[in-house]
Amino acid sequence: MQRLENNIPDGPLAEKWDRHKMEIKLISPANRRHFNIIVVGSGLAGASASATLGELGYNVKTFCIQDSPRRAHSIAAQGGINASKNYANDGDSIWRLFYDTVKGGDFRSREANVYRLAQISSNIIDQCVAQGVPFARDYGGLLENRSFGGAQVSRTFYARGQTGQQLLLGAYGALSRQIAAGNVTMYPRREMLDLIVKDNRACGITARNLLSGNMETYVADAVILATGGYSNVFFLSTSALSCNVSAIWQAYKKGAYFANPCYTQIHPTSLPLLSKRQMKMTLMSESLRNDGRVWVPKNPDEKRAPNDIPEQDRDYYLEEKYPSFGNLVPRDVASRNAKFQCDNGKGVGPTGRAVYLDFKEALNRDGKEVIRRKYGNLFDMYTNIVAQSPYETPMMIYPSAHYAMGGLWVDYNLMSTIPGLFVLGEANFSDHGANRLGASALMQGLADGYFIVPYTLAGYLGKNGSAQIKNDDPVCRESMNAVQQRIEKLISVNGKRTVDDIHRQLGKIMEDHVGLARTETGLKSAISRIRELRGEFWSNVKVPATTDSYCLNLQKAGRLADYLELGELMALDALNRGESCGAHLREESESKEGEALRDDENFCHVSAWEYTGDETAPSLHKEPLVFENILLSQRSYK
Amino acid sequence: MNTHNSINITLKIWRQKGPDQPGRLETIVVNDVDTHNSFIEMLDHLNNQLILEGREPIEFDNDCREGICGTCGAVVNGVPHGPGKKMTLCQLHMREFNDGDTIFVEPFRARAFKVIKDLMIDRTPLEKIIQAGGYISAKTGGAPEANSIPIAQETAEEAMDAAACIGCGACVASCPNASAMLFVSGKVSQLALLPQGQPEAKKRVLSMLKQMDSCGFGNCSNHRACENACPKGISISHIARFNREFIKASIFGKSENIR
Repeated sequence: MQRLENNIPDGPLAEKWDRHKMEIKLISPANRRHFNIIVVGSGLAGASASATLGELGYNVKTFCIQDSPRRAHSIAAQGGINASKNYANDGDSIWRLFYDTVKGGDFRSREANVYRLAQISSNIIDQCVAQGVPFARDYGGLLENRSFGGAQVSRTFYARGQTGQQLLLGAYGALSRQIAAGNVTMYPRREMLDLIVKDNRACGITARNLLSGNMETYVADAVILATGGYSNVFFLSTSALSCNVSAIWQAYKKGAYFANPCYTQIHPTSLPLLSKRQMKMTLMSESLRNDGRVWVPKNPDEKRAPNDIPEQDRDYYLEEKYPSFGNLVPRDVASRNAKFQCDNGKGVGPTGRAVYLDFKEALNRDGKEVIRRKYGNLFDMYTNIVAQSPYETPMMIYPSAHYAMGGLWVDYNLMSTIPGLFVLGEANFSDHGANRLGASALMQGLADGYFIVPYTLAGYLGKNGSAQIKNDDPVCRESMNAVQQRIEKLISVNGKRTVDDIHRQLGKIMEDHVGLARTETGLKSAISRIRELRGEFWSNVKVPATTDSYCLNLQKAGRLADYLELGELMALDALNRGESCGAHLREESESKEGEALRDDENFCHVSAWEYTGDETAPSLHKEPLVFENILLSQRSYK
Repeated sequence: MNTHNSINITLKIWRQKGPDQPGRLETIVVNDVDTHNSFIEMLDHLNNQLILEGREPIEFDNDCREGICGTCGAVVNGVPHGPGKKMTLCQLHMREFNDGDTIFVEPFRARAFKVIKDLMIDRTPLEKIIQAGGYISAKTGGAPEANSIPIAQETAEEAMDAAACIGCGACVASCPNASAMLFVSGKVSQLALLPQGQPEAKKRVLSMLKQMDSCGFGNCSNHRACENACPKGISISHIARFNREFIKASIFGKSENIR
């Protein structure tokens, strides 16, 4: 059994990263071209890492599942990116961003990692502006900020409601430049289906060419996974349809520990479910809560249209309950309260599973033009989908699975428990603890890719040298055969249920028992039901037998097979964590006011799970979380 | 707009097994379509029926389903992304159609876009155009402090208008010349408006244009169909700015490729 060595450098918090950069090894410019690096994923983390490593002179191969790196799901992030610039002169600092992020994560993240993130945040904004990212600006031409959930300062930089798009296109431009220069080779429409490990070192991947159906192996001196999150385990989530867990799940099965799988963020402002055949949820940026007021009718039997309900019959429950943060409480708090209102029969809309987000006051105060400039594209999107105009009538919103705080366990260098396997962005577990604050995902993805992994990867390569592996190595052949057999097995089932049908059923189990509120009985029943469903899948799924050309359904079947295993691990982790923290609410552990009640005595640790075989239970390793700079306290947004 | 929750429709939909195979329109009746579903969810629903019947599902690209990734797209009743204004195919909802409608669905067509399978096309040429110079060469780590160069708000807003392009290719599909001019001009215009984009401005416009030509896209002849088809409403005024940049670069610049 391996000990979890987080490799956090010694010294005072503020000096750790600088000191570490001085201590780790470098690779000289002339030697970099001798090292091959594989990057899987082309979102903010993957594209920024690929571009930066290519520019440094490494030989980079980058893989993505879509037809172009620009389509990665980072593109859909709307609201903004945090940085501790303190341009608003409202008391922000590296320390405050660090503190807010640790507190927002309910004290379940590493101090050293989060502090580094807060330090780097300002460099990210400089970098993006230099690339031509058209951030919002004030009348004097300087950068504009807005506020986001979980903070009392305005530190969020934004480009209308398309911040993720603009940041990704910036990184994509940098990546395109390196592709043209021949430093990065791009492999689009490839799905990583296995990690190649030799002599306890990650040294390649097996990928399927989605157009030809061919299996391909690629070897390298190090592998970087930046493959995003797995909220699609809930079937209905805000993730793009191709977001999946398969890459990190295969790495888990090859020995990388999986950390905190039970922490999933349920985002408070997604559009409610309108049809039982709906395939995905649509996110509305949290920035809307800056100007929108959340309310439900006081009377559960209310029949009037929202605009006809007078002020005294409305319950602005967030403003009432949390006077200092109001509508800008963190996401987990906002989501839980919406669920609570709907559970008590006060929900609105056709299914009763929605609350109002009302812009009337902001429209009266600022005028339509100002509101349009801030949220125009979001309002248009809402109108397209719901066929109602938020300028005229309040929006309806409801929580939906959104972001996975859990992921592969990594040390301070962002390296997993498999040497040579680095994990960036949403795919790793670091930085956000049990709950991620808004506008922090973009910050983390770019910090990991532009500013952290280029250093720590050199440190690893400088120490360990080349992997000395060739494409015809027996481990490559074995990996390719294993992947091929699995695909044949999927097709051979030839049952009576579609992938979507079984996936929807899995999603329901996850939503009911591993979602906003969890109980011991619920989690136990979820585990047994997921096992049953896994049996059903492998005996009754029907997948088209198209292996020589593009076949989306075959890809989806492979991903669902992995979700059916991940779902069980998520429930197991949630069962094991007998406290409430952040997005993980155990009904057995609530404060008198119904807030998450942590148990620091027993659970102030990262849970990292080790795969031990398909038939045996995974074993749990604990990395204690040590707080030397912040006093652990019960989170309060009152 | 249709007010029923369930309608029956007939699809005349393009089926093609591979890039070098012949294609044809297949007639498929789809019953009980939920009008709250998007066009793409209707196709998902149909595909699940086809799979259970042992038939090949219809392949189409899609991903975010929020109109931002630019992956989806098809020509619906002759219009790229269908009848909705300023929206992608994934945002088009079935409530826009009536019970009994016959709907024609084809891939985006252009000489530069090969059909991969059914409604899927190969948009690699758009990648090549960006690689030819659709960026600012800013090395990681060497950037000056972000607020050191003020940019007038209206300039930043205009750059953002141009930058909103999602790279879907609808502009190409709608153009009688299959030109990618709106796509190219969006990037050129965004970077030409910003002070950071100035050092490479001349090389950029020439290099991107050259790449567009060599990928087999046609030229712009001011039909304005692109502007109408663009799901992000990108204006052809950016093509005008592109033309000005092109003239400036042709007179004062050098036409070598940029790195």
